[in-house]
Amino acid sequence: MGRSLFDKIWDAHVIADLGDDQYLLHVDRHLLHDLSGGRGLLELQQRGLDVANPELCFATPDHAVSTEPDRASLTDYAGKRLVNGLRESCAAGGIRLFDLEQDGQGIVHVIGPELGITLPGVLLVCGDSHTCTHGGLGALSWGIGSSEVAHVLATQTILQRRPQRMRITLDGRLDDHVTPKDLVLYLIGQVGAAAGVGYAIEYAGRAIREMPIEGRLTICNLSIEFGAKIGMIAPDDTTFEYLAGRRFAPTGATWERAVAEWRELPSDDDAAFDREVTIDAADVGPQITWGNSPQDVLPVDGRIPDPATAAADRRPAIEAALDYMALTPGAPIEGIKVDRVFIGSCTNSRISDLRDAARIAKGRKVAEHVEAWVVPGSEAVKRAAEAEGLDRVFRDSGFQWRAPGCSMCVAANGDRVAPGARCVSTSNRNFVGRQGPGSRTHLASPAMAAAAAVSGHIADVRKLGG
Amino acid sequence: MEKFTTVTGPAAPLLRQNVDTDTIIPMQRMLDNEREALGQFALEPLRFLADGSENPDFPLHQPAYRGAPILITGRNFGCGSSRETAVWALQGMGIKVVIGSSFGDIFYNNCFKNGVLPIVLDETTVEALAAASAAGPTSVDLAAGTIRPPNGQAIAFEVPPAQREALLEGLDEIDMTRRRINEIRSFQDRDRAARPWIYDISDASA
Repeated sequence: MGRSLFDKIWDAHVIADLGDDQYLLHVDRHLLHDLSGGRGLLELQQRGLDVANPELCFATPDHAVSTEPDRASLTDYAGKRLVNGLRESCAAGGIRLFDLEQDGQGIVHVIGPELGITLPGVLLVCGDSHTCTHGGLGALSWGIGSSEVAHVLATQTILQRRPQRMRITLDGRLDDHVTPKDLVLYLIGQVGAAAGVGYAIEYAGRAIREMPIEGRLTICNLSIEFGAKIGMIAPDDTTFEYLAGRRFAPTGATWERAVAEWRELPSDDDAAFDREVTIDAADVGPQITWGNSPQDVLPVDGRIPDPATAAADRRPAIEAALDYMALTPGAPIEGIKVDRVFIGSCTNSRISDLRDAARIAKGRKVAEHVEAWVVPGSEAVKRAAEAEGLDRVFRDSGFQWRAPGCSMCVAANGDRVAPGARCVSTSNRNFVGRQGPGSRTHLASPAMAAAAAVSGHIADVRKLGG
Repeated sequence: MEKFTTVTGPAAPLLRQNVDTDTIIPMQRMLDNEREALGQFALEPLRFLADGSENPDFPLHQPAYRGAPILITGRNFGCGSSRETAVWALQGMGIKVVIGSSFGDIFYNNCFKNGVLPIVLDETTVEALAAASAAGPTSVDLAAGTIRPPNGQAIAFEVPPAQREALLEGLDEIDMTRRRINEIRSFQDRDRAARPWIYDISDASA
């Protein structure tokens, strides 16, 4: 029986088989941030333990930092406490920290790939559920809780039950104006928000093979939104070209040796999967969510569901979501007025995302009643965007151009949507209160978010061209 | 960690699906409060009305379920963010056992790390337990692996053996793994020879 990509990486990291599907695994890369990293390090200190392998840990503040352009507003009590806590514990533990305004700072799931910290075949964990993102480079990665963070810091290992395997084949080609974000939102709408619970996902198929790395990172990023804490894509030449020469990637003869090994990682032809799903990418148009779960998604030319015609077991959830979101059953979703637009987050804040949004924004103005933000995912993305003039395009259109961080995806440190306000967001969660208490979130691609900003309402990006 | 024993008390049904950890503990509450204070904000968006008063529809606000140590949940409870504060908040509200047909994978692990027992049962059984729960206390016995609903037959459940033992014995996983330090070091020595790029990380910008 052949082995899958997942099996090969998992097997290579087993230190001990503890029986009953429970394993002790080696952690190759541990990423830390201000929200959970400081807490884990503090627990270690309280136990009087040292960090086992600080050279394999990398930290950056992202969750609770302000994204005000000059960060002068980093005065929020909680944010300051968390960021300072991370600084102190990284210094004490000997962990490399990419601090504010330094090279390398950014959203932890943006900087890992960008700096070559994330590599194919590594086992990578982080105290954040969107750690599945790194699977886009062929890493085995998942999000952990703060107790597990302390365990990894103390031992450089993690205890884990072996998940089942699911392969999702994304066949066909994406139409113009349809992005990886649309594809993965569509997928979640098809399979449901709980379909991936207990599974490690491998994405395969033509749409994936032809997709650049940044799109693959977006696809893997949303794995957790249908319950899968692991999502991954086999490394290929696109992966190796992306990683070559990155700051912490191997070089010279070691690079050649690594690439030779990475070429062995893709699933064998006869690898077995516990579940298979196939989606035709050609069926997918621009998507937008209407409710409070990422599975509540529609094509932008669709209509808001009517609980009266829904299955009985879905009715209460639809009613609750329509009430919270202040939406009318059966109405078109296109044309609904918006107050805020957020382009950013570990899902969609990379340079290709900003280019997509800028193409729509260029030569247009943000509607007068809309406050629109662009928050680049990292210092490197910010500088690259500024070098090619994207910041000017956004500013000229009336968008705010901000400093890197999680910002309005997680709504810590003041970056939030007001109660009752409606936001089209390129982030990953439309949960009740996610962007601030009472906030109403519609998830979409960067181009769709830019289209909403300049239209003043939910709009079909295909009608704006660009 | 404290040893987990038998839990007996009201089992409150909260059968809505996909309750995420942002709903279990909103971001600003976890930023502004220490662990001990989180219980009062557990499930805040469902538990309180807009004016801050108690939502009478919230199960734990109904007389039969006040102070319930057991929560019966809908599918995919605890999905979303990895925040361990979600478990702390439920614990702070008095919850010691959560029963559902599935849980968010990260939340499920976080429960065990904090001495909360998550029990997975098929959806029909979960619904039957919820329907029976108003009649009186439900009892959960981890050592025996049984749930005894009010006036009903005992229902068997299973949890992964390692986690079961850790809960029953109150074991500390960090201490247990540290006993394997030699195994870990010899794995790293072998692995360093096979995959030197994992361990010898050079900074091209230095």
